[in-house]
Amino acid sequence: MEITMTVNGVVQTADIEPRTLLVYFLRENVGLTGTNIGCDTSSCGACTIHVDGESAKSCTLLAVQADGCSVTTIEGLADGDTMHPMQQAFQENHGLQCGYCTPGMVMAAVSLLDENPDPTEQEVRLGLEGNLCRCTGYHNIVKSVLACAAEQSGATK
Amino acid sequence: MIPASFDYQRAGSADEAIALLTEHGDEAKLLAGGHSLLPLMKLRLASPSVLIDVGRLDDLRYIRDAGDHIAIGALTRHRELETSALLAEAAPLLSHAAGHVGDPQVRHRGTIGGSLAHADPASDLPAVVLAMGGTIVVQGPSGQREIAIADFYIGFLESALAPDELMTEIRIPKLDVEGWSFQKFNRRAQDWAIVGVAAVRANGSTGVALVNMGSTPLLASGVVDAVKSGATAAQAAERATENTEAQSDINASVAYREHLARVLVRRALEESGLA
Repeated sequence: MEITMTVNGVVQTADIEPRTLLVYFLRENVGLTGTNIGCDTSSCGACTIHVDGESAKSCTLLAVQADGCSVTTIEGLADGDTMHPMQQAFQENHGLQCGYCTPGMVMAAVSLLDENPDPTEQEVRLGLEGNLCRCTGYHNIVKSVLACAAEQSGATK
Repeated sequence: MIPASFDYQRAGSADEAIALLTEHGDEAKLLAGGHSLLPLMKLRLASPSVLIDVGRLDDLRYIRDAGDHIAIGALTRHRELETSALLAEAAPLLSHAAGHVGDPQVRHRGTIGGSLAHADPASDLPAVVLAMGGTIVVQGPSGQREIAIADFYIGFLESALAPDELMTEIRIPKLDVEGWSFQKFNRRAQDWAIVGVAAVRANGSTGVALVNMGSTPLLASGVVDAVKSGATAAQAAERATENTEAQSDINASVAYREHLARVLVRRALEESGLA
């Protein structure tokens, strides 16, 4: 089946099997391997991307379900060489250890701040409930998201 | 993990979905958000040969005040239930519980109709709609019918929906809510409930339903009877396991689930305002 979707602003068309999961479409058809496959059972959140601006787990979506949608992956966040404020905050606050969960964490965190630009620490922890860090590095991840929120609210004030 | 091959059909309308269901019968499954079905297909526990995608039927995506009830389109997503001002006012138990389904990513895609139709006893929303005495509206080749939620669940992953029927709407009676509670006990935030309890006290009566205490979502009829006869929360909670058939699994033994049911029913009744 032929599908067309916009991935990080670029229109992608491919003829795929209906059973192709979105994460495989992104990694193998489009060649964007920044989105990781972790648990493959929609538990860990490593494969989190945005579909029409909202976080979703790309291991539990068929590519055909995103036909006609606008998809953003971790590769689509930065503006050229300038990192997205969330990526910057993860770097400055050491919001990662092994890094495997990081693309999904960053994508989930960006979606979280879109919905709640000024979250409490508890709201950040709850908002990231769908993302697991096998290194248990949650403390600095939460710190990164709060730092980004503070930075962004400062920028808009 | 990749699902077995299937034919993919995208329905452009409810009528088209029903025509496709009529054509393909038992071989077909409806796909809404896919967050219950796709995991089963990836594990090859389900292998429908035809998948009928109803996920784009946006005319079944609404939350409306319909006079004596709130009408919710079956394709309404959990996130929309969670953030609806109308639901927060008229059915706070439902909007609160919707905010505890899965995690944000799941709530962005999963739908109330999908969750109810999947008929998983471990799901949150079936018990919530049971406690509130909702009605399921389904549409088939011969028209529309209404099914009381108490008659909707038949067995494990089995509902009163016929193979050629599509759930279109969920109706929640507008109650004069005096108190409500949703208790979900799990080990990690995003997990399924090991046991859950939904309770609502309204219009002088109490509805209580249990998550994951049998092969279907269950009404806690013993608890409701006890409350009706004037029992305290603690006394009524002692009847929490009547007519239940809890299963043991990796998370809990039968005895532990029954213990949880009693504790959570007591908490739910107390939080709902019962002494």
